[in-house]
Amino acid sequence: MAPLLELKNVTKTYSRGLINRTSNTALSNISLTIDEAEPTIMTVAGESGSGKTTLAMLLLGFITPTEGTIFYKGKDISTLHGEKRMSFRREVQAVFQDPFAVFNPFYTVDHLLSVPIEKFKLAKTKAQARDKMDEALTAVGLRPDDILGRFPHQLSGGQRQRINVARALVLKPRLLIADEPVSMVDASLRANILETLRSLQRDHGVTIIYITHDLTTAYHISKSIIVLYRGGVMEAGDVDTVIKSPQHPYTRLLIDSIPWPDLSRRWGETELKAKEPEGGEKTTGCRFAPRCPYVMEQCQTPPPLFQINRTQTASCFLYGSKPELEPERLSELLPV
Amino acid sequence: MPPVLQVRDLQVSYYTDSGRARALDGVTLELNPGEKLGLVGESGSGKSTMALAMMRMIKPPGRIEGGQVIVGDTDLMALSEEGMRKSRLSKIAYIPQGAMNSLNPVMRIGAQMIDAIRAHNPSESRAGAQERCLSALESVDLKRGVYKMYAHELSGGMKQRVCIAISILMRPQVIIADEPTSALDVVTQRQVMETLDHIQHQLGCAIILIGHDMGLMAQFVDKVAVMYAGRLMELSSVREMFNDPKHPYAQALIRSLPSLENKGVFQGIPGLAPSLLRLPSGCAFNPRCTFVMDVCKSTVPAFLPLPPSERRVACHLYAGDAEAMSLSTRTATPTEKV
Amino acid sequence: MASIAVSQGQVRQPGRLALLLRYFRRNISLAIGLFVLFLLVAFTVTGLLTVDPKDAYPLAVRSKQPPSLEYPLGTDFFGRNLYAAMVVGMWQTALIGVLAGGLGTLIGTILGFVSAYFGGWTDSTIKGICQILTPIPVFLIQVVIAGSLDKRDVTIYTMAMIVVLLAWMGPTLVIRSQVLTMKERQFVSVAKLSGVSEWGVIFKEILPNLLPFIAAAFVTQVFAAVFAAFYLAVIGLGPLREPLLGNIVWAAQSQGAFFNGWWWWPTWPALAMVLILGSLALIIMGLDEFANPRVRRSE
Repeated sequence: MAPLLELKNVTKTYSRGLINRTSNTALSNISLTIDEAEPTIMTVAGESGSGKTTLAMLLLGFITPTEGTIFYKGKDISTLHGEKRMSFRREVQAVFQDPFAVFNPFYTVDHLLSVPIEKFKLAKTKAQARDKMDEALTAVGLRPDDILGRFPHQLSGGQRQRINVARALVLKPRLLIADEPVSMVDASLRANILETLRSLQRDHGVTIIYITHDLTTAYHISKSIIVLYRGGVMEAGDVDTVIKSPQHPYTRLLIDSIPWPDLSRRWGETELKAKEPEGGEKTTGCRFAPRCPYVMEQCQTPPPLFQINRTQTASCFLYGSKPELEPERLSELLPV
Repeated sequence: MPPVLQVRDLQVSYYTDSGRARALDGVTLELNPGEKLGLVGESGSGKSTMALAMMRMIKPPGRIEGGQVIVGDTDLMALSEEGMRKSRLSKIAYIPQGAMNSLNPVMRIGAQMIDAIRAHNPSESRAGAQERCLSALESVDLKRGVYKMYAHELSGGMKQRVCIAISILMRPQVIIADEPTSALDVVTQRQVMETLDHIQHQLGCAIILIGHDMGLMAQFVDKVAVMYAGRLMELSSVREMFNDPKHPYAQALIRSLPSLENKGVFQGIPGLAPSLLRLPSGCAFNPRCTFVMDVCKSTVPAFLPLPPSERRVACHLYAGDAEAMSLSTRTATPTEKV
Repeated sequence: MASIAVSQGQVRQPGRLALLLRYFRRNISLAIGLFVLFLLVAFTVTGLLTVDPKDAYPLAVRSKQPPSLEYPLGTDFFGRNLYAAMVVGMWQTALIGVLAGGLGTLIGTILGFVSAYFGGWTDSTIKGICQILTPIPVFLIQVVIAGSLDKRDVTIYTMAMIVVLLAWMGPTLVIRSQVLTMKERQFVSVAKLSGVSEWGVIFKEILPNLLPFIAAAFVTQVFAAVFAAFYLAVIGLGPLREPLLGNIVWAAQSQGAFFNGWWWWPTWPALAMVLILGSLALIIMGLDEFANPRVRRSE
C-alpha cells in the first residue's frame, strides 16, 4: 500500500526581483515518508528561517515544490482534482499557532467547527453535527454552552486554541500538522493541549507532525525528530537519543540554550558563538558553518547525512568516518 | 540600602461595556538596586497592566485608581504629566512586548535613538548624543554600524537588542522588560537574555522581567513574583520558588513544568482563570485550589511575610504562621466580608 | 489527568441596544451624521406624501411670494412652490446619489475583488487603469461631457452616469487592498482546509468582512455623486426642467434673486445641500472609525 504522504527530493526556493534575481532556498532536498499503518508523532524542529513553516505549507498542499514531488497515496498532489482532492483535504489537516487568526471575525466560533462537518459530510443532521461539536469541545475541557454562539474576541486565547484542537478532533484526519500549537498559549494549558494531541495519535491512529522550536515539549510528546536549519536537515532520529546526546553542533547549541526550569541546569555550557549571519550571506557549504565552533576546511562543501547509529543521523563532517545516508532513506531512521 | 523601587497598593481598573475589570487589585512589592525580579502569570493576570501602570501609560478606559510607585525617592504617581514624561527612560525604562515591531521602519536606528535622548536632554550636543548611542549599541553587543541601519535590515534578535539599547540610553534605575523574547527562538533568546544580564551588571539597575516562561525565570532572575487575577499570590527568591513553592497556584505552576526526567508526564492546572469582571469572592484562586477551605471563599487573603525569609504569600494556609502585619492598607472591597 | 471544565459564571453582556447607544456616544460624528440624514429623509418622505409634485414645476402657483403660511418656503420667479420643489429636488438628489453611488460601489467591489484575488495580469491591468485614470481632473471631464450633450438628453439618469464614469476607481483600489490582505489571513487557509471552494471563500469568508469597507465606499460615492450633481447644475449644466437643488440655485442666480429681494429662493436649496453633504461627511468619518479596528476606541 502506498504511504499516506511522501516527499521525494523536495526543494523549495523563493526568488525575487526582475533584473537581479536573488533566490532563497527555503527547503533543500528533503525526503520523507509518512505511513498510515504506524501512526506516530514526529517533531520538525528549527528556528525561524529553518524552513519548518515551508514544510508545513508543502505538506498541506498550499504551495508547490520547486523541485521534487509530493505524493498522496501514490499520486502527485498537484494533479489531484475533485473527489480525490477532497479526500486529500479530509485526511491531511492542521492546527495552527495563532489562536485568534484562524477564526473569521464575522462569524461565531461555531463556524470553525460547523464548516468542515458540513463540507466533509461528517454528520447527517443538524442535531448530529451539534453532538459532534459538543463531544469534541468537552474532550478538550470546554463547556459547549459557554463556547458555542460566542464570537472569537469574547473568548480567551486558551479557549480559542482549544477550539482549534477540537476541530482536529472532529475531523480525525490521517495526518495532522501541528504548527507550534502551544507556543501562544499559557504554560498551564499546554499540558492539556499536548495531551489531547497524544490521545489523537494513541486512540485514533492519527499521525502528527509537531512543528516547533521548543524542544522541551517536543521531547515529551514525540517519538522521532528532525532538526532543520536554514532549509537543510542537520540531525534526525529517535527523539530520546537526539536530545539526550545530540551530535550535530547546531543541535548541541539548541539543547544547551533551552532555559530549563531547573536551577541546576544553567545556560552556557556551549560557547555561544552565535553571531547571527548578517543579511543574506551566500554559503556554498554547510549552512551552519558561519556559526559553528568546530568548522573545518571541509565544511565549504555541503556535508551529506552520516548515519551515526541505527536511530540517529547528522549532516556534519565531524562524523565523516560514518557511512553516508542518502536523503531518500531518511525516514528509515525515524522510529515510529 | 534602601530599595530602588517600591510599589505600594497599586490599583488599576478598566471600565468596559461589560462592567469594571479590576486589572490590578492592590499590588505591593519592592526591588533593591541590582536585583532582578521575575513577574509571572497567565494571560489576563495583570502583569502587562502592571508594567504600563508603573510607567503611567494606562489609557482610557483603564484608570489608575490608587497606589504609589516610588523610584529612588520620587513617587511617580504624584508627578505632573511633564515630570512623568521626563522620568520615563531616565528613571524607569520600559521595553514593551513585541518591541522590535515598534521600531520606526522609515528612520535609521541612530535617528530613533537620538530622538529619545533629545526628548530628555534637548541641550545635549549632537556628537555627545551620538557617542552615547554608539556606546549603548556596543553594550548590547551590536556593531557600531547598526547606528546607520534601518529596522528591516536587522534580524529579530538584533532588533530586540536595539530596543534594549534604547532603554539604557539615559541610565535608568529600573528597567521593565515585558516578554522581551517571546517571538524569538531559543538561541536568540539566550543571546538577548545574556545581553540583558550584561547591561544590568554594567549599569547596576534593577530589572523586572515579565513573562510566563518559568524556565527563563530560573535562568535569569533573583526573585519571582506570581500574579493571578490582578493580585500577587507569592513573592519568593528564585531558589525558594523552585524548591519549595508555598502558594497552591505557584505549586501547580512548578508542577506543570516539563523536565528531562519524567518523560510523558503532563500536569496541567484544571479549570480556567477567572474573568477580571467577575472575580470570585475571597481568594481569586479558590475555585481551582486543591487546598480550599471555607475561609478562602469569603475573605481575600492578605499578602503577608513568611519569616524567617523575606518571602511573602497571600494564602490562608499560612495566615496563622505569618506575623499579622499587613503590608497593604486596602480599603475593603465589595468582595471582602470581614 | 482530570479535565475539569469550570464554568466561567456568565459575565452579563449588555443588550444590543445599550451597546449601540454607548457606541454612538463614543462615535459622535456617526451619530450626528445619521441623525441629520434621518431628519432629511423624514422631511423628504413626508413631503412626497403630502405635496403635489406638479407644484414643483414652473407656472404652478403665484410667483415671487415670500415664505408664508400658504407657501411655507415661498415661491420663485417661475411660479414654483419652493416647498414642493425642495421635496422633489431632494428626492431626485437621493436618486442620483444612490444610483451613481450604488453602481460605482458595485463596479468597484467586483473589480477590486477580481483584481486582488486572481492576481497576475488581471491585477496589473485593472490596477494600472485605475492608477492612470485617477489623476484626471474629474470636474473638467464632467463639465465637458455635460456641456456637450444635447439639452434634451440631460436627465437625472445621464447625470448619474457621468458621475459614475470617473468615480469607480476609488472603491476598486480600496476593496482591492483589503482583499489582498484578507486573502492571506489564516482563517482563509483554514477555510480551504475545511473543504471550502474558491467561490465559497470569496463569498462566505472574505466578503462579509468587507462590508464595513463597502459601506464606507458607498457613502463616499453617494457624497461624490450628490456633490457633482449639485455643482454641475449650479453652473447650468443640469436637467434644467427638474427642480434639482443645484438648478434652483442656478435659476435664482441667473434671475438676480438677491438683488430683487427674493432671498428665500436660493437660501433653502443651499442650506439643504450643506446639510446633506455635511451629514454624509460625518457619516464617512464615523464609518472610518468603525471599519478600522485600530482607530476604533476600545470595545
